[in-house]
Amino acid sequence: MWRAWIPFWHEGVSRHSGDVDLLFTGLLLASSLVLGLLFFLLALFCIRYRAGNRVDRGGRVAKSWHWEVSWTAASLLAFLGLFVWGASLFLDIYRPHADELSIFVVAKQWMWKVQHPGGQSEINALHIPVHHPIRLIMASQDVIHSFFIPALRLKHDVVPGRYQDLEIEADKPGHYHLFCAEYCGTEHSGMTGELVAMEPADYAAWLSQQGPSSSLAQEGGALFRQLGCSGCHGLGSKVRAPPMEGLYGTQVALSDGTTVVADDKYLRDSILLPRSQIAAGYQPVMPSFEGKVSEDQLLRLVVYIKSLAGHQP
Amino acid sequence: MPDSLPFAPQFASVRHRDETAELGMWVFIATEVLLFGGLILSYFVYRHADPRAFMAASRHTDVLIGTANTAILLTSSFFVACAVEAFSVRARTASRALLIGAIVLGLSFVVLKGFEYADEYREHLIPGINFSFDGPLADGVQLFFVFYFVATLLHTLHMLIGIGLLTIFAVRIRNAEESRTRAALHSAALYWHFVDVVWIFLFALIYLPGKSS
Amino acid sequence: MNEDNYLNAGFTLRSWLLTTDHKRIAILYFASLIFFFFIGGAAATAIRIELATPQADLVSSDMYNRLFTMHGIVMVWFFLIPSVPNTLGNFIVPLMIGARDLAFPRLNLLSWYLFMLGGCVTLFAIAAGGVDTGWTFYAPFSTLYSNSHVVAAVLGIFIAGFSSILTGLNFIVTIHRLRAPGLTWYRLPLFLWSLYATSVILVLATPILAITLVLIAVERVFGVGIFDPKISGDPLLFQHLFWFYSHPAVYIMILPGMGVVNELISCFSRKEVFGYKFVAWASLAIAAVGFLVWGHHMFVSGQSVVASLVFSFMSFIVAVPSAIKVFNWTATLHKGSIRFDAPMLYALAFIGLFTIGGLTGLFLACLAYDVHATDTYFVVAHFHYIMVGGMVTAYFGGLHYWWPKITGRLYSEAWARAAAILIFFGFNLTFFPQFILGAEGMPRRYHVYAPEFQVWNVLSSAGASVLAVAYLLPLFYLGYSLFFGARASANPWDAPGLEWQTPSPPPEYNFEVQPVVTRAPYQYSKNFKAEPQNA
Repeated sequence: MWRAWIPFWHEGVSRHSGDVDLLFTGLLLASSLVLGLLFFLLALFCIRYRAGNRVDRGGRVAKSWHWEVSWTAASLLAFLGLFVWGASLFLDIYRPHADELSIFVVAKQWMWKVQHPGGQSEINALHIPVHHPIRLIMASQDVIHSFFIPALRLKHDVVPGRYQDLEIEADKPGHYHLFCAEYCGTEHSGMTGELVAMEPADYAAWLSQQGPSSSLAQEGGALFRQLGCSGCHGLGSKVRAPPMEGLYGTQVALSDGTTVVADDKYLRDSILLPRSQIAAGYQPVMPSFEGKVSEDQLLRLVVYIKSLAGHQP
Repeated sequence: MPDSLPFAPQFASVRHRDETAELGMWVFIATEVLLFGGLILSYFVYRHADPRAFMAASRHTDVLIGTANTAILLTSSFFVACAVEAFSVRARTASRALLIGAIVLGLSFVVLKGFEYADEYREHLIPGINFSFDGPLADGVQLFFVFYFVATLLHTLHMLIGIGLLTIFAVRIRNAEESRTRAALHSAALYWHFVDVVWIFLFALIYLPGKSS
Repeated sequence: MNEDNYLNAGFTLRSWLLTTDHKRIAILYFASLIFFFFIGGAAATAIRIELATPQADLVSSDMYNRLFTMHGIVMVWFFLIPSVPNTLGNFIVPLMIGARDLAFPRLNLLSWYLFMLGGCVTLFAIAAGGVDTGWTFYAPFSTLYSNSHVVAAVLGIFIAGFSSILTGLNFIVTIHRLRAPGLTWYRLPLFLWSLYATSVILVLATPILAITLVLIAVERVFGVGIFDPKISGDPLLFQHLFWFYSHPAVYIMILPGMGVVNELISCFSRKEVFGYKFVAWASLAIAAVGFLVWGHHMFVSGQSVVASLVFSFMSFIVAVPSAIKVFNWTATLHKGSIRFDAPMLYALAFIGLFTIGGLTGLFLACLAYDVHATDTYFVVAHFHYIMVGGMVTAYFGGLHYWWPKITGRLYSEAWARAAAILIFFGFNLTFFPQFILGAEGMPRRYHVYAPEFQVWNVLSSAGASVLAVAYLLPLFYLGYSLFFGARASANPWDAPGLEWQTPSPPPEYNFEVQPVVTRAPYQYSKNFKAEPQNA
């Protein structure tokens, strides 16, 4: 509310952005105080001790230890305080929520492709319901991009070869800028879009209007058969391969003795680099699908396998 | 510049000059440590990511040539160290002979490396030129060989520079001024030993993984 | 002007191009740097003209991307890094230390030739069409997707890197070994402590850049995927390697400036620098801790949360020695006798602008805020405050301060003060609006932008035009002074350092008799007259 009094200030639209703005204000205040003190002292000394000014210059401070220790300690304390504040807010960003909705984002030169779990897709726009934590699962088709929404005060680089997560939540309906924030080539500055936050009812209506007939999970199931995955992982297969039913979210024992959680990253890596983590008790015979399946297809397969464990996408 | 004009000399004494030169070589060696260090760090990052691929790749290196080269280099360092020790007004011939011995060994190293590269070419292990490797570990193996070629080529380049330095000394040692030459030879020997130490690290990282399993 | 000085010790081209005199080599660098500064500045001018409007009207996107890349590459490697060390450092270090030359004069000349060779290769890359990867060369864009002269540019920088390493090596050995009798470490002027710290970074960090650039070139030329995720390469490894050098590199760029400021503040307050030992060790602390913060460029890159926490913490720690310096400089003014000659104006501007830059660095070290501000104009403003408001300002300050010593001429104080004030004004108008742009969310490296960002962009471009004029002014009045300026005495500022105890310009071999140092630096008597270090 009081922020509305600051000229040119664009308020954030989430609780997190409010917290970041408070942090910013704190930093601004601390900096202004330090800077103000500095300028005051510089001006004071320059004027008072100007050459030719008759002023008492005797009794100079000889031992500097007290001053040094004091201002060093004061700086250190202030900095540590700022560090803790910033760090604790940062940890908040990566905290997952229970009822989050997952949406997939694929970045490629020079556009954003967004996939909703129900199969609705959009380009350079992301529709979300307000007051609902959203987990963005992002992948890049080519170079490093960065998904940036200033109104939420959030960004995350989208690096090829891996998935990255970003938790977002908007509290006010509206259209907000989406920018690519990592230089990615010729049309980097054109790789923009908008975040459209809507009331839940409007969002549901929008979803139903989008129209593709099959959900991501259904398309993933089709791909699962098309690409031959069911040949080994399906029922009645002669090849002994780990079953996908109920797999997602469980602990998997690996052949080297360690265990991992079967999350999105595990599934994606298993498809592209099957020999990197071999399930215990199985032979390393799965071929790699590197180069044979695009990021779009990968995320559909992942969503499908998730659905086999009864997980909402 | 007319020498009659007074000016303060650069160095207070011959020893001062020599110590300065030696410090310069040590600082230079520090930079080289960082150069190879960065490369070795990258190696470890990828080895940690895919240890099996690195071990499989390492089994395709020629440990015979690698070991022979290590022995050659260690011996050459011994010769160089002896050459520095032996150098004095009267013992230039001995020093020279030792240097020539080290040069010959150094050249043998390079020649053996050449044979090794030729083998790797035949086995299709040169990334970017004719790399092909069957099996799922191909990516990691390729990364290993990228590291292998960059590191050994860089090392060989340093070897050639070292051989050049030693050759210059071997040629000029007969008529050179004593104290200056001793200091310079000492610095060159430092460089040679350093290149040797780098090889020892590379030997361990290239030829030894996977040998025990 | 004395009869036999280094300038008239030979007029042939050969006597300049094959010189081993550190003073002549400094002049060679100085001339080269003016050239590169104008190339980088031309790119900046084009950028700011383009950004005055939200749409693309001056250049195409590809051209724009090449412009900001070349601006970064030229300014970082061919101007800022060599600026103070290779011009002022080369000239002044042997004089300040009471030596005849640097430890390795021929390496010094080789250093200049390598710099020029690297510069020529980079200029070739520009002329052949440029590079469009940003000065940061992030993989996989630079290795697999860019259709520009990446390998040529990388080769040019690689060669120039050797120049840096040799310079650092020379300074380290010189400061260790060639100090005049009586010149103990704690009697060294702080300029030398700063250059020593800078040299340590030059020598240890630059090789990492060298190997990183080699890997980029290998990946591009041979098509092998070192950082290519499709064959399990890691793009983040590139970032770690790159920033492991490039963060210390920014300290290479600022420490010499801080060193110069020590000299200026003390001379123009007629007082020793407050807390000498603290300032000296702060330089070394910045160099050491500066190697431990590189991950703060990667908070949103996907590195682990733990790594981000550690790097944020260390980034706050590295700010402490800089804060110590600022406090000590301010305290130096207390009870001094302050004169406002042009060098002092630059020194005061440095303190203010560097502090603003440093404080905004704290904003960026602060994890949660950095998530918003990184890759926006906030970062651009932050580093320009430090690099331009800090380093370039200090460079100009040092240039004016030592101009009489280097050239034997006095420049016009009126013009110099006017230029300093115009630079200050133009600089702030150019870069302060960029903090606002960043806080509002305008990303960096944007050729076209959303219309609501225009107001601040216009202000920034207006400032840039003022700054361009302001930077041209010294070219004229300093150039004028070379031919028509009054002759300078050995010690026109009445300063106590050894460099002022020999004629202006110095004779070829610096000192007739080896000076013997008997005093701490920056000693002034009760009536503010300098007490020379070797009296």
